[in-house]
Amino acid sequence: MIRAEGLVKKFGDFTAVDNISFDVARGEIFAFLGPNGAGKTTTIKMLTTLLRPTSGSVSLDGLNPVTHQTAARKQFGIVFQDPSVDDELTAYENMDFHGVLYSVPRKLRRERIEQLLKLFELWDRRKDYVKQFSGGMRRRLEIARSLLHTPNIIFLDEPTLGLDPQTRNQLWNHVKKLNEEEQVTLFLTTHYMEEAERVAHRIAIIDHGKIIAQGTPDELKTQTSTETLEQAFLALTGDTIRDEEASSLEQMRNIRRAFRRTK
Amino acid sequence: MNVVYILWLRQLKRSARSRSRIIGSFAQPLLFLLAFGFGFGSMFQSAGQGNYIQFLAPGVITMSILFTSIFSGIEVIWDRQFGFLKETLVAPVPRILIMIGRTLGGATVAVLQGMVVFCICLAVGFRTPSLPLLPLAFTFMILTAVLFTAVGTALASVLPDFQGFQLVMNFLVMPIFFLSGALFPLTNVPRAMRIIASLDPLSYSVDGLRFALIGVSHFGVTLDLAILGAATAAALAVGGYLFSRIQI
Repeated sequence: MIRAEGLVKKFGDFTAVDNISFDVARGEIFAFLGPNGAGKTTTIKMLTTLLRPTSGSVSLDGLNPVTHQTAARKQFGIVFQDPSVDDELTAYENMDFHGVLYSVPRKLRRERIEQLLKLFELWDRRKDYVKQFSGGMRRRLEIARSLLHTPNIIFLDEPTLGLDPQTRNQLWNHVKKLNEEEQVTLFLTTHYMEEAERVAHRIAIIDHGKIIAQGTPDELKTQTSTETLEQAFLALTGDTIRDEEASSLEQMRNIRRAFRRTK
Repeated sequence: MNVVYILWLRQLKRSARSRSRIIGSFAQPLLFLLAFGFGFGSMFQSAGQGNYIQFLAPGVITMSILFTSIFSGIEVIWDRQFGFLKETLVAPVPRILIMIGRTLGGATVAVLQGMVVFCICLAVGFRTPSLPLLPLAFTFMILTAVLFTAVGTALASVLPDFQGFQLVMNFLVMPIFFLSGALFPLTNVPRAMRIIASLDPLSYSVDGLRFALIGVSHFGVTLDLAILGAATAAALAVGGYLFSRIQI
């Protein structure tokens, strides 16, 4: 369903993603784990047409996102690592906007928006501007939105970042249900090993842009002779702390966050 | 088509909801009208050029359209920073439609603003003798708005953040405005300046609008329309191309 072959992304001299290959089968839940700056988000961006690979190839359900952008984009829904909802629109308007972009017919759009907003407990707040939402509510809205057009593949880039345990639990239950009932293929990244262990069928561990291990959680534990996935992860990636260099965009976002806090 | 519509609608909703920006966008043209209009009025008159408010009003209307349009286009940077741009960039629609929707939305806001400024001009004493030419004035306003929203979008597609924005204001938007003949007639300026003005697309907006509203033209209305039309088409093409090349 998702295939990457010899995928490389360079930013100047820096190789963010270094010749990685993997294959995700239809209906599989595939977790991409790695320390900060390992290349997880860059990989997702290449899979979702936001970045062009330097070399190598990608296919989504047989479609190449570089040459068949529009068709490839129809296949997936994505929850980004950082916010991507419009603060100045209401929750409902954000959903509706998404539905129109993905040409979900009007009647179906209304039904599904109602169903999803209810599922993620946002229906009562549908007429509120997103700028009034808490971090958890925004996250839920983004997840609800990514499901609106019933995609075959869903990318979740650290979807549970900043969520409380209740919401996390609910999210993963829903994700598992989607996968089991509708055979949706899931590609996710997370920092929480117990989450990956709980939901993922297969895991790839990426570090310094390279995939260093790939397999089921049990295979990874056996391979490293460890008890938990977290131990396996540390055994494979070492325990030095990585610092990601903030891009100018992130710097601006940090400034904005600081502003918001003082308000 | 729905895609263009929803993006157009979004731009309108955002503008209507940002009250501080609405107030700011009327305050500036009013200040120009009062300070320049009445400040230089008697000088202009005694130089034998007639009523300065009459001359200035089309320039100030064009100015408000210019600023609003450029800002609307530049909003792409804003969306990039706040993350919303990604949502539109992964959508299964040609990016050119996204760009056109945004641009038309921003241009609509700018034209509405231009019409309000036109009313403000009437309130401070501006009189247009040629009512039948109002549709022509409207055409110039629309072309100007689309042109500069597309220019703003093109710039925002290549600027990574707001660091470069100050440069754009100082080295592009301000010169475009001040060298366009919005504030002074181009007939008696030095030759070098006249050449620069003739390279400035806003000169043709101002000139066309001035012809439509008070019947005075420097370049001739046909040339105004032709050049403005060509510039708008070019800006849409370049803006559309750069927008569809955005990588995040």
